[in-house]
Amino acid sequence: MENKKKLKVSAIRNGTVIDRIPAGELFHVIEILGLARGNFQMTFGTNLESKVLGTKSIIKISDKFFEEDDVNRIALVAPDAILNIIREYQVVEKRPVVIPPEICGLVRCLNPRCITNHEPVKTRFTTGITPEGLVLRCHYCEKETGQKHLQIINNN
Amino acid sequence: MKSLISINDFNKEEILQVLDLAGKYEKDTNRPIYKDKVIACIFFEPSTRTRLSFETAANRLGARVIGFSSLNATSISKGESLKDTIKMVSNYADMIVMRHPLDGAARYASEIAGCPIVNAGDGANQHPTQTLLDMYSIWKTQGTLENLSITMVGDLKYGRTVHSLLQAMSHFNPRFRFVSCDELAIPREYKNFLDSRGIPYSEHKLLEGQILNTDILYMTRIQQERFQDPMEFEKVRNLMSLDASMLTGARPNLRILHPLPRVNEIATDVDDRPEAYYFEQARNGVYTRMGIITYLMNQ
Repeated sequence: MENKKKLKVSAIRNGTVIDRIPAGELFHVIEILGLARGNFQMTFGTNLESKVLGTKSIIKISDKFFEEDDVNRIALVAPDAILNIIREYQVVEKRPVVIPPEICGLVRCLNPRCITNHEPVKTRFTTGITPEGLVLRCHYCEKETGQKHLQIINNN
Repeated sequence: MKSLISINDFNKEEILQVLDLAGKYEKDTNRPIYKDKVIACIFFEPSTRTRLSFETAANRLGARVIGFSSLNATSISKGESLKDTIKMVSNYADMIVMRHPLDGAARYASEIAGCPIVNAGDGANQHPTQTLLDMYSIWKTQGTLENLSITMVGDLKYGRTVHSLLQAMSHFNPRFRFVSCDELAIPREYKNFLDSRGIPYSEHKLLEGQILNTDILYMTRIQQERFQDPMEFEKVRNLMSLDASMLTGARPNLRILHPLPRVNEIATDVDDRPEAYYFEQARNGVYTRMGIITYLMNQ
């Protein structure tokens, strides 16, 4: 089983493996982490079988280690993601992502009348959990955006 | 330096301090303590009641007032950004009172300006000075803000005064009844907020029968443009309208509030009843805004 996985996405010597990304969120995670603009080696696989998610994506980035605050931003689209820190081909640390209390400049406010959609203002949200799931509360217009309506701002 | 952008910016103590100041100003209205101050009232959309009330409050405190109430004669009509306008005005004034059509504009302005900002309405979001004057009216007529039964009627979905009053009164152990049709029902996020605070509430479609055991009846205007079918609007409006006959058996301390302007959700035969308080409520706006200006100037 382990061999099959290695065939699908090759192992890295040092770096970070982000596992348990929902299959449809791979490119959002790449965008959020700014991986498309880096010059490090990266391999990814998508629509892989997953006992937890059904299908999943996985990203392996060589010689890249993330700050906790940076990587937690992906919790918005990949709340079950696990970070594996790799050194000399060994997993030395496994870390789940945590939804950060505040999200800045990452998500668009869903409210078309919000000032952030009219003036060049960096968006800012506090996160919260309601009976309906994760919600982002806009610091400016105070409206709530639910998880299924999240629109990631394209910074390219 | 403190601004008042959202009613959530003030905790219970701060709300009570503002109401206490408003009470003092009601007894002694002309107090020119800010002769050396300039207050800018900048209104990016039309308003009569709020603007005149603020300008009266500033004048009674002795401050000089600058500003605009129409965009035609300003650089905004030339395409100037909100950021640049606020930067410029905050160079001139000691405090800015602003109304803007976009949600969140006042919060953004408070992050740019070098002086306190008072939000006089930002789109459909907040209108905290209206909330404080509503609370002053409740406090004055009931002698307390604690343990009151409040019935809110009409447009509970879009009505920003309803949302802000609900949040502010949550400090004072209230009970709420919400009367509206499905299209204008109180949004889920506010019910979640009340649930999280353990505040009891119930929802109803018909105003009749909900007036007994109520201390404050908070009526709001239902806007016809919220309905695609004019017949539906007529039907709904009748279920939520108040006339004098419905007040029989009400508590003697019941008072009817309305942020105004009213259309016909309150029949004119209510106006002469002792429970009618909406015109006095509007007058309370000046004292409350004097209290708000004083509180923020002292921070």
